[in-house]
Amino acid sequence: MLTVPRLFAAALLCASAAALAALQFPTLSGRVVDEAGILAPQAQADISALLAAHEQSTSNQVVVVTLKSLQGDDIADYGYQLGRQWGIGQKGKNNGVLLIVAPNERKLRIEVGYGLEGVLTDAESRMIIERVMKPYFKQDNYEQGIRAGVDAILAALGGEFQASPPPTAAGGGGQGMYGLLMMALFIGHFLFGALAQRASTGKRIFAAGAFGVIAGVIAWIFVGVLVALVISIVVFVFMLLAGGRMGPGGSGYGNWGSGGWGGGDGGFSGGGGSFGGGGASGNW
Amino acid sequence: MLKSASPVLLAVLGLLTLSGCGINNIPTYDEAAKAAWSQVENQYQRRADLVPNLVETVKGYAKQEKDVLVQVIEARAKATQMTIPKDIVNNPAAFKQFQQNQDALSSALARLMVVVEKYPDLKSNQNFLALQSQLEGTENRISVARRDYIETVQKYNTELRTIPGRWWASLLYSDAKVKENFTAAPEAKEAPKVKF
Repeated sequence: MLTVPRLFAAALLCASAAALAALQFPTLSGRVVDEAGILAPQAQADISALLAAHEQSTSNQVVVVTLKSLQGDDIADYGYQLGRQWGIGQKGKNNGVLLIVAPNERKLRIEVGYGLEGVLTDAESRMIIERVMKPYFKQDNYEQGIRAGVDAILAALGGEFQASPPPTAAGGGGQGMYGLLMMALFIGHFLFGALAQRASTGKRIFAAGAFGVIAGVIAWIFVGVLVALVISIVVFVFMLLAGGRMGPGGSGYGNWGSGGWGGGDGGFSGGGGSFGGGGASGNW
Repeated sequence: MLKSASPVLLAVLGLLTLSGCGINNIPTYDEAAKAAWSQVENQYQRRADLVPNLVETVKGYAKQEKDVLVQVIEARAKATQMTIPKDIVNNPAAFKQFQQNQDALSSALARLMVVVEKYPDLKSNQNFLALQSQLEGTENRISVARRDYIETVQKYNTELRTIPGRWWASLLYSDAKVKENFTAAPEAKEAPKVKF
Protein backbone atom coordinates (compact mmCIF):
# COMPACT_ATOMS: atom_id res chain seq x y z
CA MET A 1 0.00 0.00 0.00
CA LEU A 2 2.90 2.24 0.72
CA THR A 3 4.22 1.83 -2.75
CA VAL A 4 1.61 3.77 -4.70
CA PRO A 5 2.36 7.28 -3.39
CA ARG A 6 6.01 6.41 -3.44
CA LEU A 7 5.82 5.47 -7.09
CA PHE A 8 4.12 8.75 -7.73
CA ALA A 9 6.87 10.66 -5.95
CA ALA A 10 9.47 8.66 -7.82
CA ALA A 11 7.76 9.46 -11.09
CA LEU A 12 7.83 13.16 -10.19
CA LEU A 13 11.50 12.96 -9.31
CA CYS A 14 12.26 11.15 -12.54
CA ALA A 15 10.36 13.74 -14.50
CA SER A 16 12.30 16.61 -12.92
CA ALA A 17 15.58 14.79 -13.44
CA ALA A 18 14.70 14.27 -17.08
CA ALA A 19 13.86 17.95 -17.42
CA LEU A 20 17.26 18.89 -15.97
CA ALA A 21 19.16 16.51 -18.17
CA ALA A 22 17.86 17.78 -21.47
CA LEU A 23 21.24 17.38 -23.15
CA GLN A 24 21.62 14.73 -25.82
CA PHE A 25 24.74 12.60 -25.68
CA PRO A 26 26.19 10.53 -28.51
CA THR A 27 26.49 6.77 -28.01
CA LEU A 28 29.77 5.44 -26.71
CA SER A 29 30.68 3.39 -29.77
CA GLY A 30 34.38 3.02 -28.98
CA ARG A 31 37.37 4.87 -27.62
CA VAL A 32 37.06 7.34 -30.47
CA VAL A 33 33.57 8.70 -31.04
CA ASP A 34 33.72 10.83 -34.14
CA GLU A 35 30.27 12.33 -34.24
CA ALA A 36 31.48 15.38 -36.15
CA GLY A 37 33.18 13.22 -38.78
CA ILE A 38 36.58 14.91 -38.77
CA LEU A 39 38.77 11.84 -38.37
CA ALA A 40 39.76 9.43 -41.12
CA PRO A 41 39.18 5.71 -40.34
CA GLN A 42 42.93 5.13 -40.19
CA ALA A 43 43.39 7.87 -37.59
CA GLN A 44 40.49 6.51 -35.55
CA ALA A 45 42.01 3.04 -35.59
CA ASP A 46 45.47 4.34 -34.66
CA ILE A 47 44.21 6.44 -31.79
CA SER A 48 41.92 3.66 -30.52
CA ALA A 49 44.86 1.26 -30.47
CA LEU A 50 46.96 3.74 -28.50
CA LEU A 51 44.18 4.33 -25.99
CA ALA A 52 43.45 0.63 -25.61
CA ALA A 53 47.11 -0.09 -24.93
CA HIS A 54 47.16 2.68 -22.36
CA GLU A 55 44.14 1.26 -20.56
CA GLN A 56 45.70 -2.18 -20.66
CA SER A 57 48.76 -1.01 -18.78
CA THR A 58 47.32 1.65 -16.47
CA SER A 59 43.53 1.04 -16.37
CA ASN A 60 43.03 4.73 -17.21
CA GLN A 61 40.26 5.18 -19.75
CA VAL A 62 40.90 7.94 -22.26
CA VAL A 63 38.24 8.68 -24.84
CA VAL A 64 38.30 11.07 -27.80
CA VAL A 65 34.98 12.54 -28.81
CA THR A 66 34.13 15.01 -31.53
CA LEU A 67 30.73 16.66 -31.35
CA LYS A 68 28.45 18.04 -34.02
CA SER A 69 26.98 20.47 -31.55
CA LEU A 70 27.25 21.52 -27.92
CA GLN A 71 23.52 22.22 -27.96
CA GLY A 72 24.09 25.74 -26.75
CA ASP A 73 25.83 24.55 -23.60
CA ASP A 74 29.21 25.54 -22.26
CA ILE A 75 31.79 22.91 -23.25
CA ALA A 76 32.93 22.46 -19.64
CA ASP A 77 29.36 21.94 -18.55
CA TYR A 78 28.66 19.52 -21.36
CA GLY A 79 31.94 17.70 -20.84
CA TYR A 80 31.55 16.58 -17.26
CA GLN A 81 27.98 15.47 -17.87
CA LEU A 82 29.06 13.45 -20.89
CA GLY A 83 31.83 11.86 -18.84
CA ARG A 84 29.38 10.91 -16.11
CA GLN A 85 26.82 9.66 -18.58
CA TRP A 86 29.35 7.34 -20.19
CA GLY A 87 31.04 6.49 -16.92
CA ILE A 88 34.54 6.83 -18.33
CA GLY A 89 37.24 5.65 -15.92
CA GLN A 90 37.14 2.75 -13.50
CA LYS A 91 34.57 2.81 -10.76
CA GLY A 92 36.08 4.02 -7.51
CA LYS A 93 39.22 5.28 -9.25
CA ASN A 94 37.51 7.78 -11.50
CA ASN A 95 40.51 7.65 -13.77
CA GLY A 96 38.93 8.76 -17.02
CA VAL A 97 39.84 11.53 -19.44
CA LEU A 98 37.78 12.93 -22.28
CA LEU A 99 39.30 14.88 -25.13
CA ILE A 100 36.36 16.81 -26.54
CA VAL A 101 36.43 18.64 -29.83
CA ALA A 102 33.48 20.70 -31.03
CA PRO A 103 34.59 21.90 -34.48
CA ASN A 104 31.43 23.86 -35.20
CA GLU A 105 31.78 25.94 -32.05
CA ARG A 106 35.58 25.85 -32.42
CA LYS A 107 35.90 24.69 -28.82
CA LEU A 108 38.24 22.17 -27.26
CA ARG A 109 38.29 20.61 -23.84
CA ILE A 110 40.24 18.11 -21.83
CA GLU A 111 37.89 16.78 -19.17
CA VAL A 112 39.71 15.04 -16.35
CA GLY A 113 38.11 12.56 -13.94
CA TYR A 114 38.39 13.07 -10.17
CA GLY A 115 41.10 10.46 -9.80
CA LEU A 116 43.48 11.95 -12.35
CA GLU A 117 43.18 15.61 -11.40
CA GLY A 118 46.49 15.39 -9.56
CA VAL A 119 48.37 13.90 -12.51
CA LEU A 120 46.83 15.75 -15.40
CA THR A 121 46.34 19.11 -13.72
CA ASP A 122 44.27 21.99 -15.02
CA ALA A 123 47.45 23.86 -15.87
CA GLU A 124 48.88 20.90 -17.79
CA SER A 125 45.61 20.39 -19.64
CA ARG A 126 45.64 24.04 -20.55
CA MET A 127 49.20 23.80 -21.83
CA ILE A 128 48.35 20.77 -23.96
CA ILE A 129 45.47 22.68 -25.49
CA GLU A 130 47.34 25.94 -26.02
CA ARG A 131 50.77 24.72 -27.02
CA VAL A 132 50.24 21.29 -28.52
CA MET A 133 46.81 21.20 -30.10
CA LYS A 134 45.91 24.75 -31.01
CA PRO A 135 48.68 25.30 -33.59
CA TYR A 136 47.25 22.42 -35.66
CA PHE A 137 43.67 23.43 -35.10
CA LYS A 138 44.38 26.94 -36.32
CA GLN A 139 45.47 25.39 -39.63
CA ASP A 140 42.31 23.26 -39.62
CA ASN A 141 44.46 20.17 -39.31
CA TYR A 142 42.16 18.52 -36.78
CA GLU A 143 43.49 15.04 -37.25
CA GLN A 144 47.09 15.95 -36.48
CA GLY A 145 45.95 18.17 -33.62
CA ILE A 146 43.99 15.36 -32.01
CA ARG A 147 46.83 12.89 -32.50
CA ALA A 148 49.28 15.29 -30.89
CA GLY A 149 46.83 16.01 -28.07
CA VAL A 150 46.31 12.31 -27.36
CA ASP A 151 50.09 11.75 -27.30
CA ALA A 152 50.54 14.63 -24.88
CA ILE A 153 47.72 13.44 -22.61
CA LEU A 154 49.09 9.91 -22.49
CA ALA A 155 52.56 11.25 -21.79
CA ALA A 156 51.24 13.36 -18.93
CA LEU A 157 49.33 10.40 -17.50
CA GLY A 158 52.20 7.96 -17.97
CA GLY A 159 52.45 5.33 -15.31
CA GLU A 160 49.65 6.37 -12.97
CA PHE A 161 47.73 3.51 -11.35
CA GLN A 162 50.17 0.93 -12.62
CA ALA A 163 49.77 -1.22 -9.54
CA SER A 164 46.42 -2.77 -10.39
CA PRO A 165 45.60 -4.18 -13.80
CA PRO A 166 42.24 -3.33 -15.37
CA PRO A 167 39.34 -5.70 -14.71
CA THR A 168 38.76 -8.12 -17.54
CA ALA A 169 34.98 -7.95 -17.54
CA ALA A 170 33.23 -5.16 -19.33
CA GLY A 171 30.69 -3.68 -16.92
CA GLY A 172 31.32 -2.55 -13.36
CA GLY A 173 27.89 -3.17 -11.84
CA GLY A 174 27.11 -6.35 -13.70
CA GLN A 175 30.41 -7.79 -12.65
CA GLY A 176 29.69 -7.32 -8.95
CA MET A 177 26.31 -9.00 -9.25
CA TYR A 178 27.82 -11.86 -11.20
CA GLY A 179 30.44 -12.33 -8.51
CA LEU A 180 27.81 -12.47 -5.79
CA LEU A 181 25.78 -14.97 -7.71
CA MET A 182 28.77 -17.20 -8.31
CA MET A 183 29.73 -17.01 -4.66
CA ALA A 184 26.24 -18.00 -3.59
CA LEU A 185 26.12 -20.91 -6.00
CA PHE A 186 29.58 -22.05 -4.99
CA ILE A 187 28.82 -22.08 -1.28
CA GLY A 188 25.45 -23.65 -1.97
CA HIS A 189 27.12 -26.41 -3.98
CA PHE A 190 29.07 -27.66 -0.98
CA LEU A 191 26.42 -27.21 1.65
CA PHE A 192 23.67 -28.58 -0.46
CA GLY A 193 25.52 -31.36 -2.19
CA ALA A 194 25.64 -33.63 0.85
CA LEU A 195 22.06 -33.00 1.84
CA ALA A 196 20.46 -33.28 -1.55
CA GLN A 197 20.91 -36.98 -2.27
CA ARG A 198 18.93 -38.35 0.62
CA ALA A 199 16.38 -35.64 1.05
CA SER A 200 12.76 -35.83 -0.03
CA THR A 201 11.33 -33.44 -2.59
CA GLY A 202 9.64 -31.31 0.06
CA LYS A 203 12.82 -30.87 2.01
CA ARG A 204 14.70 -30.09 -1.14
CA ILE A 205 12.27 -27.35 -2.02
CA PHE A 206 12.52 -25.99 1.47
CA ALA A 207 16.29 -26.07 1.52
CA ALA A 208 16.52 -24.49 -1.91
CA GLY A 209 14.13 -21.80 -0.72
CA ALA A 210 16.24 -21.19 2.37
CA PHE A 211 19.39 -20.85 0.28
CA GLY A 212 17.56 -18.53 -2.08
CA VAL A 213 16.50 -16.30 0.79
CA ILE A 214 19.95 -16.33 2.38
CA ALA A 215 21.58 -15.50 -0.93
CA GLY A 216 19.04 -12.74 -1.45
CA VAL A 217 19.67 -11.23 1.97
CA ILE A 218 23.43 -11.34 1.48
CA ALA A 219 23.08 -9.79 -1.95
CA TRP A 220 20.74 -7.17 -0.53
CA ILE A 221 23.53 -5.93 1.71
CA PHE A 222 25.66 -5.19 -1.30
CA VAL A 223 23.24 -4.28 -4.04
CA GLY A 224 19.67 -3.08 -4.58
CA VAL A 225 16.62 -5.02 -3.54
CA LEU A 226 15.52 -5.84 -7.08
CA VAL A 227 18.86 -7.40 -7.97
CA ALA A 228 18.82 -9.24 -4.67
CA LEU A 229 15.40 -10.68 -5.44
CA VAL A 230 16.58 -11.83 -8.84
CA ILE A 231 19.64 -13.47 -7.29
CA SER A 232 17.46 -15.09 -4.68
CA ILE A 233 15.15 -16.59 -7.27
CA VAL A 234 18.02 -17.74 -9.48
CA VAL A 235 19.68 -19.45 -6.54
CA PHE A 236 16.42 -21.11 -5.57
CA VAL A 237 15.81 -22.53 -9.03
CA PHE A 238 19.41 -23.53 -9.46
CA MET A 239 19.57 -25.33 -6.13
CA LEU A 240 16.37 -27.14 -6.87
CA LEU A 241 17.61 -28.35 -10.24
CA ALA A 242 21.14 -29.04 -9.07
CA GLY A 243 19.87 -31.04 -6.10
CA GLY A 244 18.17 -33.50 -8.40
CA ARG A 245 21.22 -34.18 -10.50
CA MET A 246 23.96 -34.04 -7.98
CA GLY A 247 25.50 -37.31 -7.04
CA PRO A 248 28.61 -37.78 -4.92
CA GLY A 249 31.51 -36.28 -6.83
CA GLY A 250 29.24 -35.19 -9.63
CA SER A 251 28.81 -31.64 -10.68
CA GLY A 252 26.13 -30.24 -12.91
CA TYR A 253 27.73 -26.90 -13.43
CA GLY A 254 29.44 -27.40 -16.75
CA ASN A 255 31.33 -24.36 -17.85
CA TRP A 256 29.70 -21.81 -15.57
CA GLY A 257 32.80 -20.54 -13.88
CA SER A 258 34.88 -19.86 -16.92
CA GLY A 259 31.99 -18.99 -19.20
CA GLY A 260 31.29 -15.86 -21.09
CA TRP A 261 30.10 -12.99 -18.98
CA GLY A 262 33.33 -11.10 -19.40
CA GLY A 263 33.12 -11.18 -23.16
CA GLY A 264 36.17 -9.19 -24.16
CA ASP A 265 35.00 -9.11 -27.78
CA GLY A 266 36.67 -5.75 -28.33
CA GLY A 267 33.59 -3.81 -27.32
CA PHE A 268 34.31 -0.82 -25.13
CA SER A 269 32.30 0.57 -22.27
CA GLY A 270 32.88 2.95 -19.43
CA GLY A 271 33.99 1.50 -16.12
CA GLY A 272 31.71 3.74 -14.04
CA GLY A 273 34.09 6.59 -13.28
CA SER A 274 32.91 10.08 -12.42
CA PHE A 275 33.91 13.65 -13.18
CA GLY A 276 33.85 16.84 -11.17
CA GLY A 277 34.81 19.57 -13.60
CA GLY A 278 38.60 19.13 -13.69
CA GLY A 279 40.57 19.94 -16.82
CA ALA A 280 40.75 22.91 -19.12
CA SER A 281 39.01 24.37 -22.15
CA GLY A 282 40.14 26.43 -25.09
CA ASN A 283 39.02 27.73 -28.44
CA TRP A 284 40.74 28.39 -31.72
CA MET B 1 10.49 -28.35 10.58
CA LEU B 2 8.81 -26.72 7.63
CA LYS B 3 6.16 -25.14 9.76
CA SER B 4 8.45 -23.72 12.40
CA ALA B 5 10.73 -22.18 9.82
CA SER B 6 8.10 -20.39 7.80
CA PRO B 7 7.63 -17.42 10.22
CA VAL B 8 11.34 -16.75 9.89
CA LEU B 9 11.09 -16.85 6.14
CA LEU B 10 8.14 -14.53 6.27
CA ALA B 11 10.01 -12.09 8.49
CA VAL B 12 12.97 -12.06 6.12
CA LEU B 13 10.71 -11.54 3.15
CA GLY B 14 8.93 -8.81 5.08
CA LEU B 15 12.23 -7.03 5.67
CA LEU B 16 13.03 -7.27 1.98
CA THR B 17 9.70 -5.66 1.17
CA LEU B 18 10.27 -2.89 3.69
CA SER B 19 13.49 -1.85 2.05
CA GLY B 20 11.50 -1.42 -1.13
CA CYS B 21 9.39 1.14 0.69
CA GLY B 22 12.35 3.36 1.33
CA ILE B 23 12.96 2.80 5.01
CA ASN B 24 16.64 3.58 4.39
CA ASN B 25 16.15 6.45 2.00
CA ILE B 26 16.37 9.31 4.47
CA PRO B 27 19.73 8.37 5.99
CA THR B 28 21.07 7.40 2.56
CA TYR B 29 20.11 10.71 0.97
CA ASP B 30 21.29 12.55 4.06
CA GLU B 31 24.76 11.08 3.69
CA ALA B 32 24.79 11.90 -0.02
CA ALA B 33 23.85 15.50 0.71
CA LYS B 34 26.53 15.77 3.40
CA ALA B 35 29.15 14.45 1.01
CA ALA B 36 28.00 16.87 -1.67
CA TRP B 37 28.20 19.75 0.79
CA SER B 38 31.73 18.93 1.87
CA GLN B 39 32.68 18.94 -1.79
CA VAL B 40 31.24 22.45 -2.10
CA GLU B 41 33.20 23.66 0.92
CA ASN B 42 36.30 21.89 -0.30
CA GLN B 43 36.21 23.57 -3.71
CA TYR B 44 35.61 27.01 -2.27
CA GLN B 45 38.53 26.44 0.05
CA ARG B 46 40.66 25.41 -2.87
CA ARG B 47 39.83 28.67 -4.58
CA ALA B 48 40.69 30.66 -1.49
CA ASP B 49 44.05 28.88 -1.35
CA LEU B 50 44.82 29.95 -4.90
CA VAL B 51 44.18 33.64 -4.30
CA PRO B 52 47.38 34.72 -2.44
CA ASN B 53 49.60 33.33 -5.18
CA LEU B 54 47.47 34.86 -7.86
CA VAL B 55 47.51 38.27 -6.17
CA GLU B 56 51.29 38.15 -5.77
CA THR B 57 51.80 37.31 -9.42
CA VAL B 58 49.47 40.03 -10.64
CA LYS B 59 51.11 42.57 -8.30
CA GLY B 60 54.44 42.01 -9.98
CA TYR B 61 53.09 43.26 -13.30
CA ALA B 62 50.17 45.50 -12.43
CA LYS B 63 50.88 47.36 -9.21
CA GLN B 64 48.63 50.24 -10.24
CA GLU B 65 45.54 48.02 -10.04
CA LYS B 66 45.56 48.40 -6.32
CA ASP B 67 41.80 48.80 -5.89
CA VAL B 68 40.95 45.54 -7.56
CA LEU B 69 43.70 43.70 -5.77
CA VAL B 70 42.64 45.03 -2.40
CA GLN B 71 39.05 44.03 -3.08
CA VAL B 72 40.15 40.50 -3.86
CA ILE B 73 42.26 40.28 -0.71
CA GLU B 74 39.47 41.62 1.47
CA ALA B 75 36.85 39.38 -0.05
CA ARG B 76 39.10 36.38 0.47
CA ALA B 77 39.76 37.37 4.06
CA LYS B 78 36.05 37.66 4.73
CA ALA B 79 35.34 34.31 3.13
CA THR B 80 38.06 32.47 4.99
CA GLN B 81 37.56 34.14 8.35
CA MET B 82 33.98 32.98 8.61
CA THR B 83 33.84 30.01 10.95
CA ILE B 84 31.56 27.58 9.25
CA PRO B 85 29.20 26.04 11.78
CA LYS B 86 28.79 22.26 11.60
CA ASP B 87 25.08 22.56 11.03
CA ILE B 88 25.42 25.15 8.25
CA VAL B 89 23.13 23.28 5.89
CA ASN B 90 20.35 23.49 8.46
CA ASN B 91 21.16 27.05 9.48
CA PRO B 92 19.60 29.59 7.08
CA ALA B 93 21.52 32.60 8.42
CA ALA B 94 24.95 30.98 8.28
CA PHE B 95 24.16 29.46 4.91
CA LYS B 96 23.21 32.83 3.51
CA GLN B 97 26.31 34.42 4.98
CA PHE B 98 28.50 31.75 3.45
CA GLN B 99 26.94 32.24 0.07
CA GLN B 100 27.28 36.04 0.24
CA ASN B 101 30.95 35.84 1.17
CA GLN B 102 31.76 33.44 -1.61
CA ASP B 103 29.77 35.45 -4.14
CA ALA B 104 31.71 38.56 -3.16
CA LEU B 105 34.98 36.74 -3.76
CA SER B 106 33.66 35.42 -7.07
CA SER B 107 32.88 38.88 -8.37
CA ALA B 108 36.13 40.40 -7.06
CA LEU B 109 38.07 37.66 -8.84
CA ALA B 110 36.04 38.13 -12.00
CA ARG B 111 36.92 41.83 -11.97
CA LEU B 112 40.58 41.01 -11.48
CA MET B 113 40.58 38.66 -14.44
CA VAL B 114 39.08 41.36 -16.63
CA VAL B 115 41.65 43.93 -15.49
CA VAL B 116 44.62 41.70 -16.26
CA GLU B 117 43.62 41.74 -19.90
CA LYS B 118 45.41 45.09 -20.13
CA TYR B 119 48.79 43.56 -19.30
CA PRO B 120 50.18 41.44 -22.12
CA ASP B 121 53.40 40.70 -20.22
CA LEU B 122 51.45 39.31 -17.34
CA LYS B 123 49.21 37.29 -19.63
CA SER B 124 52.16 35.58 -21.23
CA ASN B 125 53.80 34.85 -17.89
CA GLN B 126 54.04 31.12 -17.42
CA ASN B 127 53.21 31.25 -13.75
CA PHE B 128 50.19 33.42 -14.34
CA LEU B 129 48.90 31.14 -17.08
CA ALA B 130 49.10 28.20 -14.73
CA LEU B 131 47.32 30.08 -11.95
CA GLN B 132 44.69 31.33 -14.32
CA SER B 133 43.90 27.85 -15.58
CA GLN B 134 43.77 26.58 -12.02
CA LEU B 135 41.36 29.33 -11.11
CA GLU B 136 39.17 28.58 -14.11
CA GLY B 137 39.24 24.91 -13.26
CA THR B 138 38.31 25.64 -9.68
CA GLU B 139 35.41 27.89 -10.64
CA ASN B 140 34.30 25.08 -12.86
CA ARG B 141 34.54 22.54 -10.05
CA ILE B 142 32.64 24.88 -7.78
CA SER B 143 29.77 25.04 -10.20
CA VAL B 144 29.74 21.25 -10.57
CA ALA B 145 29.86 20.79 -6.79
CA ARG B 146 27.06 23.29 -6.29
CA ARG B 147 24.92 21.60 -8.87
CA ASP B 148 25.52 18.18 -7.31
CA TYR B 149 24.62 19.62 -3.92
CA ILE B 150 21.45 21.17 -5.28
CA GLU B 151 20.42 17.83 -6.75
CA THR B 152 21.14 15.75 -3.66
CA VAL B 153 19.43 18.20 -1.34
CA GLN B 154 16.44 18.37 -3.61
CA LYS B 155 16.19 14.61 -3.46
CA TYR B 156 16.62 14.55 0.31
CA ASN B 157 14.13 17.34 0.95
CA THR B 158 11.61 15.79 -1.38
CA GLU B 159 11.93 12.45 0.40
CA LEU B 160 11.48 14.16 3.73
CA ARG B 161 8.37 16.00 2.66
CA THR B 162 6.59 13.39 0.58
CA ILE B 163 4.88 10.20 1.63
CA PRO B 164 6.11 7.65 2.60
CA GLY B 165 9.38 9.41 3.45
CA ARG B 166 7.42 11.69 5.74
CA TRP B 167 6.06 8.72 7.67
CA TRP B 168 9.48 7.15 8.02
CA ALA B 169 10.83 10.50 9.21
CA SER B 170 8.23 10.85 11.91
CA LEU B 171 8.55 7.21 12.92
CA LEU B 172 12.31 6.76 12.91
CA TYR B 173 14.22 9.87 11.93
CA SER B 174 12.70 12.65 13.97
CA ASP B 175 15.97 14.59 13.92
CA ALA B 176 16.01 14.82 10.12
CA LYS B 177 15.49 18.38 8.98
CA VAL B 178 14.99 20.00 5.60
CA LYS B 179 18.32 21.34 4.32
CA GLU B 180 19.15 24.74 2.88
CA ASN B 181 19.81 24.90 -0.83
CA PHE B 182 21.49 27.39 -3.13
CA THR B 183 19.09 29.92 -4.49
CA ALA B 184 20.80 31.48 -7.50
CA ALA B 185 21.09 29.42 -10.64
CA PRO B 186 24.70 28.23 -10.82
CA GLU B 187 25.08 29.81 -14.26
CA ALA B 188 24.25 33.24 -12.87
CA LYS B 189 27.31 33.35 -10.67
CA GLU B 190 29.90 31.67 -12.82
CA ALA B 191 32.94 33.82 -13.28
CA PRO B 192 33.00 35.39 -16.74
CA LYS B 193 35.24 33.46 -19.07
CA VAL B 194 38.38 35.28 -20.09
CA LYS B 195 38.77 35.46 -23.87
CA PHE B 196 42.09 35.50 -25.66
